Amino acid sequence: MPRISRDEVARIAALARITLRDEELSGLAGQIDGILDAVAVVQEAAGADVPAMSHPLEITNVTRPDVIVPSLTPEASLSGAPASEESRFRVPQILGEEA
Amino acid sequence: MALTYEEVVAKYEPSLGLEVHVELNTQTKMFCGCATEFGAAPNTQTCPVCLGMPGALPVVNEKAIESTIRIGLALNCAITPKSRFARKNYFYPDMPKNFQISQYDEPICTNGYLDVEVETDEGIKTFRIEIERVHMEEDTGKSLHVGGATGRIHGAEYSLLDYNRAGIPLVEIVTKVVSGTGKYAPEVAKAYVKELRDILRSLGVSDVKMEQGSLRCDANVSLAPTGSGKLGTRSETKNVNSLRSVERAVRGEMIRHAGLLDKGERVIQETRHFQEDTGATRSGRSKEQAEDYRYFPEPDLTPVAPDAEWIERLRSDLPEKPSVRRARLQDQWQVPDKEMAAMVNAGAVDLVEETVALGADPTKARGWWLGEISRLANEAEIELNAVGISPKQVARIVELISVGELTDKLARQVVASVIAGEGDPDSVIATKGIKVVSDESSLIAAIEKAIAAQPDIAEKVRSGHLPAAGALIGAVMKETKGQADAARVRELLLGLLS
Amino acid sequence: MSDLIKKSASELAALIAKKEVSSREVTQAHLDQISKTDSLIHAFLYVDTDGALAQAELADKNHDARKSPLHGVPLALKDVLAQKGIPTTCGSKILEGWRPPYDATVVTKLKDAAVVILGKTNMDEFAMGSSTENSAYGPTRNPWDTDRIPGGSGGGSAAALAAFQAPLSIGTDTGGSIRQPAAVTGTVGVKPTYGGVSRYGLVAFSSSLDQAGPCARTVLDTALLHQVIAGHDPKDATSINAPVPDVVAAAERADVKGMKIGVVKELTGAGYEKGVADRFAESLAILESQGAEIIEVSCPNFRFALGAYYLIAPSEASSNLARFDAMRYGLRIGDDGTKSAEEVMSLTRDAGFGDEVKRRIILGTYALSAGYYDAFYGSAQKVRTLITRDFAAAYSKVDVLVSPTTPTVAFKIGEKSNDPVAMYLSDVATIPVNLAGVASMSLPAGLSEGLPVGFQIIAPAMKDDRLYLVGGALERELNSKWNGPLTHQVPDLVVR
Repeated sequence: MPRISRDEVARIAALARITLRDEELSGLAGQIDGILDAVAVVQEAAGADVPAMSHPLEITNVTRPDVIVPSLTPEASLSGAPASEESRFRVPQILGEEA
Repeated sequence: MALTYEEVVAKYEPSLGLEVHVELNTQTKMFCGCATEFGAAPNTQTCPVCLGMPGALPVVNEKAIESTIRIGLALNCAITPKSRFARKNYFYPDMPKNFQISQYDEPICTNGYLDVEVETDEGIKTFRIEIERVHMEEDTGKSLHVGGATGRIHGAEYSLLDYNRAGIPLVEIVTKVVSGTGKYAPEVAKAYVKELRDILRSLGVSDVKMEQGSLRCDANVSLAPTGSGKLGTRSETKNVNSLRSVERAVRGEMIRHAGLLDKGERVIQETRHFQEDTGATRSGRSKEQAEDYRYFPEPDLTPVAPDAEWIERLRSDLPEKPSVRRARLQDQWQVPDKEMAAMVNAGAVDLVEETVALGADPTKARGWWLGEISRLANEAEIELNAVGISPKQVARIVELISVGELTDKLARQVVASVIAGEGDPDSVIATKGIKVVSDESSLIAAIEKAIAAQPDIAEKVRSGHLPAAGALIGAVMKETKGQADAARVRELLLGLLS
Repeated sequence: MSDLIKKSASELAALIAKKEVSSREVTQAHLDQISKTDSLIHAFLYVDTDGALAQAELADKNHDARKSPLHGVPLALKDVLAQKGIPTTCGSKILEGWRPPYDATVVTKLKDAAVVILGKTNMDEFAMGSSTENSAYGPTRNPWDTDRIPGGSGGGSAAALAAFQAPLSIGTDTGGSIRQPAAVTGTVGVKPTYGGVSRYGLVAFSSSLDQAGPCARTVLDTALLHQVIAGHDPKDATSINAPVPDVVAAAERADVKGMKIGVVKELTGAGYEKGVADRFAESLAILESQGAEIIEVSCPNFRFALGAYYLIAPSEASSNLARFDAMRYGLRIGDDGTKSAEEVMSLTRDAGFGDEVKRRIILGTYALSAGYYDAFYGSAQKVRTLITRDFAAAYSKVDVLVSPTTPTVAFKIGEKSNDPVAMYLSDVATIPVNLAGVASMSLPAGLSEGLPVGFQIIAPAMKDDRLYLVGGALERELNSKWNGPLTHQVPDLVVR
């Protein structure tokens, strides 16, 4: 039995905002299953007593002072925009909830 | 048939959960040096970091950390020795990185409380609201929906995004479940947000302007049959943008839930939006499945580990708590409980205190702020502190009355003119030629004229029926266009008729 | 072929300093070599001819100010670093046409040092790969054998050195993307200590693993470039606020007398080609002859490293790459007025990302998602702790660790493209370094059947200078045997 089903891959892809074409999905599902098989070895490495490590550095409290630094010009901010209007980024209609 | 509120609270016990988002008033954003000025031209306060450009990295604003710790301390929280930022992953166009830097399982402050006072049938009662957590995060940009009939998201043809607000420091303050409030749930919710706002204002960490969105409240409400000891399904109401709305939203949701439960229907766990105009809530888009935010530790930032010395320095700088301060002022001013509560409710405490500090008599200062000025503020539907008259101006008016240069009636005219933007009291008085008529000969002439016009009333007064004098005094005041000092008119009148 | 392009960066810098040659002439010579050879090698995604010449002229104008020991020397920049106004694609279609409005800190430091940036080099898309075949703009070829891969993800930066298109280049290393290409192209590459070089402007693949570093044909050149780009940066909260170890002095001293060198048992033996194992053994013998003590050490948890890496890196990547959504920059697909922002995002991400990137985004999204987090991402984080402990235990016995950089020499283009797991094994020896955040170098150890073999040195965090002591000592002996750097044996490129 595969570790991950085709449907699960499709669900995860949707969560990652990637629309997979059907033929893509079939190929990916098998490959991801193979990778999961290879990486699952980590589950047998450590017991509950081993702490998680999310970062190689142990430093703390790196901050900056609350001092204004010049922003980009709106032209520079918008320079890469696929579309813009009135100094704003223009995007297709948003379906989500109103904030 | 909809239940009345009394019926709702007889059958059901409400539980509340309140999430308050506060925009800090730092000079710069949470993770970059862009300015945070409200109302700036679109995208003028943006940079590679807050636009989420490839390669840009966040660095935490030290002031934002300090402000959050101060909030935590003021709310009696424990400060976490080593707290961490986490990424909350979800896609939304107003969020440039498609993740929000927030805090998840290691927030900076936990386990606090805030006591709030609510007037109940048995007098003023204190409710303790327990705080679950206080954590730091960043705000999103703003979208403008173009096209379509409503200007709303639904039906819009496209949207325009302004990221000036993206990355402004936000502090989220989350309560534990608040139960045991019974029918006072709406008042408790309002009192909590108000007390919290006062604390945040006294700390100077935020503008706390609900109408500008620098303080935003989400209210979770659930109902369970009275005595069941259970928690019902909750709804989360967003968009609650004034203190009054907090109360209305909670009450409205209680009634809506009870209506469903009474019909044997179930309450859906969902997000709802408060409608300021109707006071009702509207269902948000229903979600097919629970959100999966895939939180994980933010690898671009290091943990925040405030040492004891830092925390103690911040603690020693905390201002007096609003509740302590109120008790002190009540004592100083010798105000009864009820009057003090009225002042608190009207948001007049600060204003009265400042007015008194400028030399006004506490009773007089209170009288003006809670009386005429409150009336005008209510008429205009604005907050007392935004009505357009300053404590300094009120203090001056009180002073002018006490030296006899204004009567109460004239002073009301001056107040109205100041609020109308016509200038300081002294310039209003000068411009309008407002002055108390104190020339006694002309006053006496006016009184004699009044006596001559109504001899029968004068006779009554003469025979000892003093209340009748009011009609004559009124005539004199009319004659002098209200510029006479009524007390002096009365003295002179009684003298003439004795 | 111009003599200039065969010279090392330090030699060129000396000639420029003595005004025997101008930066402009040196830059032009390299631009000529690029235009002559890059149709075959495809090391560059963008050649900034005019900009490079302008920078060179500025360097010549400021000759007397001598901004750095590399004043006026040209360099190739991996296309994962933002350079203001210059196309930055990360080898991806999704960023096609994007010109950053800002400079990465590394770029600022290069400009301040009067180093001339020739252009942007090819790479696996978003640095995900070990062959540069995952570039959306076509593969880079290995100058040693143009049917073979130059390693990855920084294949462009390594091939540019081996093809004498640039004497210096910048790479980035998340799991071996500097060292593995260095190994298979016979060049030198260093992954500095995590936090040693600013990540500001480095388009993130996996933030807790990524590190930019210097690449060159000699150990000294690598040290000179290391010195230019390293150091604390207030714009990167994970940048170490401490002096940079004196890597240049270490490269010059190049002395291993009395040093304890640990051979990692788990990174030798089965799975390593004979030619690779032989060159490694010869290198150890040289170091021993120079007075080092060779000790075998065991790092038992390294066998979990690959698994942990292929969970942690995709998890972070799934979040880092979420920003490529067609809203603010880059590609936008399907905006025909009928589709929602959400649909346009999904269509753009499907069209704009290549297969390997999609695989890793989906893998990472899965590893972080509700119900799987503890089993995958959580377990991988624990492995990270165990690997860090292995390193700490090893460094209590030895000064540096060594191993072959890669199990094999360069493989053929297309050989592993359909087998992701086989491809991932290329990085088995380099990955533990990134998980622990320590410093590491790969330098040439010789050839196996005409193809380069890499020797990997691993030093504790912030002891980057030890890499150069050991690397310098080994290189001195090998170069005297080879009569110059190994790259001088690169066959003449036959451009069709």
